[in-house]
Amino acid sequence: MLDNPAKPLVSVRDMKMHFPIYAGLLRRRVGEVKAVDGLTFDVMEGETLGLVGESGCGKSTAGRAVLRLYDITGGQIEIDGREIGDTPQSQLRSMRPTMQMVFQDPQASLNPRMTVEAIIREPLDEHTTLTPMEKREKVAELMDAVGLNRKFASRYPHAFSGGQRQRIGIARALALNPKFIVCDEPIAALDVSIQAQVVNLLEDLQEKFGLTYLFISHDLSMVRHIATRVAVMYLGKIVELAERETLFAAPLHPYTKALLSAVPEPDPSLSRNTNRIILQGDVPSPSNPPQGCNFCTRCPAVMDICKQVEPEYREVKPRQFAACHLYNET
Amino acid sequence: MPDATLPVLDVQDLKTVFKTRAGEVHAVNDVSFYLQKGELLGVVGESGSGKSVTMMSLLGLLPMPPAEIRGGRVMFEGQDLLTLDPKGLRSVRGARIGFIFQDPMTSLNPVFTVGHQIAEPLRKHMGMSKKQAAKRCAELLELVGIPDAERRLHDYPHQFSGGMRQRVMIAIALACDPQVLIADEPTTALDVTIQAQILELMKELRDKLGMAVIWITHDLGVIAGIADRVMVMYGGQVVEHAPVYDLFANPQHPYTSALLKTIPSISGKRAARLTVIEGQPPLVLGAPTSCPFRDRCAQAMPVCATKVPPRYDVGDGHDAACFLVAPLEVAHAG
Repeated sequence: MLDNPAKPLVSVRDMKMHFPIYAGLLRRRVGEVKAVDGLTFDVMEGETLGLVGESGCGKSTAGRAVLRLYDITGGQIEIDGREIGDTPQSQLRSMRPTMQMVFQDPQASLNPRMTVEAIIREPLDEHTTLTPMEKREKVAELMDAVGLNRKFASRYPHAFSGGQRQRIGIARALALNPKFIVCDEPIAALDVSIQAQVVNLLEDLQEKFGLTYLFISHDLSMVRHIATRVAVMYLGKIVELAERETLFAAPLHPYTKALLSAVPEPDPSLSRNTNRIILQGDVPSPSNPPQGCNFCTRCPAVMDICKQVEPEYREVKPRQFAACHLYNET
Repeated sequence: MPDATLPVLDVQDLKTVFKTRAGEVHAVNDVSFYLQKGELLGVVGESGSGKSVTMMSLLGLLPMPPAEIRGGRVMFEGQDLLTLDPKGLRSVRGARIGFIFQDPMTSLNPVFTVGHQIAEPLRKHMGMSKKQAAKRCAELLELVGIPDAERRLHDYPHQFSGGMRQRVMIAIALACDPQVLIADEPTTALDVTIQAQILELMKELRDKLGMAVIWITHDLGVIAGIADRVMVMYGGQVVEHAPVYDLFANPQHPYTSALLKTIPSISGKRAARLTVIEGQPPLVLGAPTSCPFRDRCAQAMPVCATKVPPRYDVGDGHDAACFLVAPLEVAHAG
């Protein structure tokens, strides 16, 4: 494992996404929400990078920014050998087939007035020169691939259940044979028994088409299942990134530890005998983050230096990155 | 005549239907359960399993029509709640039975201060003066762990974070010292670290105040952490009911065991592939005539299609509505 043959498909360096706040009578710019504030990570070819964090930590913004659904404030993004950090939107269009997205809410991300066939065919209409017959065949193949009955191609999204709608969204994302798919909370809106179905489908498709995923989720148990490596975000920054086994067995950052300990374990004999780390207070506002380390207001292991100096994000142990002063003594 | 062994709440054969254009949806089918003083009953089920509708039915919170309560008894403090007129129900609801809803943003009124909203049940049900109520409000906010309580009474809901708002909801529910607290997915909209705070708070409050709690959730992890007894619902029916340790160690209904297997564990062994329950949860149109889980059950038998399985006792306060655990003669008779 020392010499990893996989090379990064996506490489993000110091990516920043700040949203301006306008206020007052003259709508002057009074500040900014630092939703994503300097992310650096790679996604290796064929792997699933899990991106976890609580609401408002910037994980969804990060996922959208990587695909340049926003004009980012700063940093570099390289996907499949092409730098797209500052590419104008008009030129990005030709890149879109490589990178796709599956959204959280399958109800909101499918046009209720389009049939399933039209929804899945839309990317083909936009980006390919296939004949109508070929497109129809491709749509049918995609429906097979995601486990939808091709007889239902002429139905509308409302006729499908949540899990099936998510399959439609996945088929649409697959239409242009992408290499990289950002899955933004793809199972959060689904029932427990349906979540497993969709996760298994995503895994099957990854194997079949050699896909690379950025899997954004707040569900740590599910991320532990699907991800190869996991990045933990807090208030716009990655606090820790490591391989799955390492992160869940031996987390370094106090926030990762607290987050893992807060996950309810579905086994009463385990869950009642563990000592939970209960964090006090709430997440600070990303428009006014604290001085020093972002986590210093809630950290159980806070030191004086944490309130003054921002900890450097670095490789603390081999292949385990963290941003915490606890590991900066050496 | 209060009797320590009598349950505080006793629900028998509750039946609720919704009249829709597509037909009658039987959302709650002969649901029976009881609640002892001071215990926490967990109710687990997926969306559409009837868990929320059951609780709304017994509190008279469903819009009628389209809803209709077809039968059953809800005994609370010696009276049947289903026979009470709206005025009588109102004197119970929010006073003797408190409730907390899922979304703390939509269940608080944005145009009134938090203090006003906590005072409302106090003034209505307990006839307190403004001054008394204000004092009690501050106590309540302190009880649920909101710092600087007295000052925050004058704040509006938008000035609180999600976790803090849910604490306010809990304070409102607790205002009149209820016997029973019904919490409907109270932590679902919250982040895990905030959820951990609220769960810790609920455990503390229950020990301190000794009330009985019904906790509705779809999250088996939450149930494992706080419940004494668990009731699993599916397709509008109670499919399994057991003490919490027993349910997780020894599930009897195929739905419960399948559900336990579909959720990945955070600390245990990592499965190479998740176990799936194929198919969709049912929408029960018309009176049920068979087991609701039959179409998705790996162990379905011919008898499952012919009648609704009753809840069979399997000992130690554990029962399951499945022909697999039925006494032999019943299983073969079908």
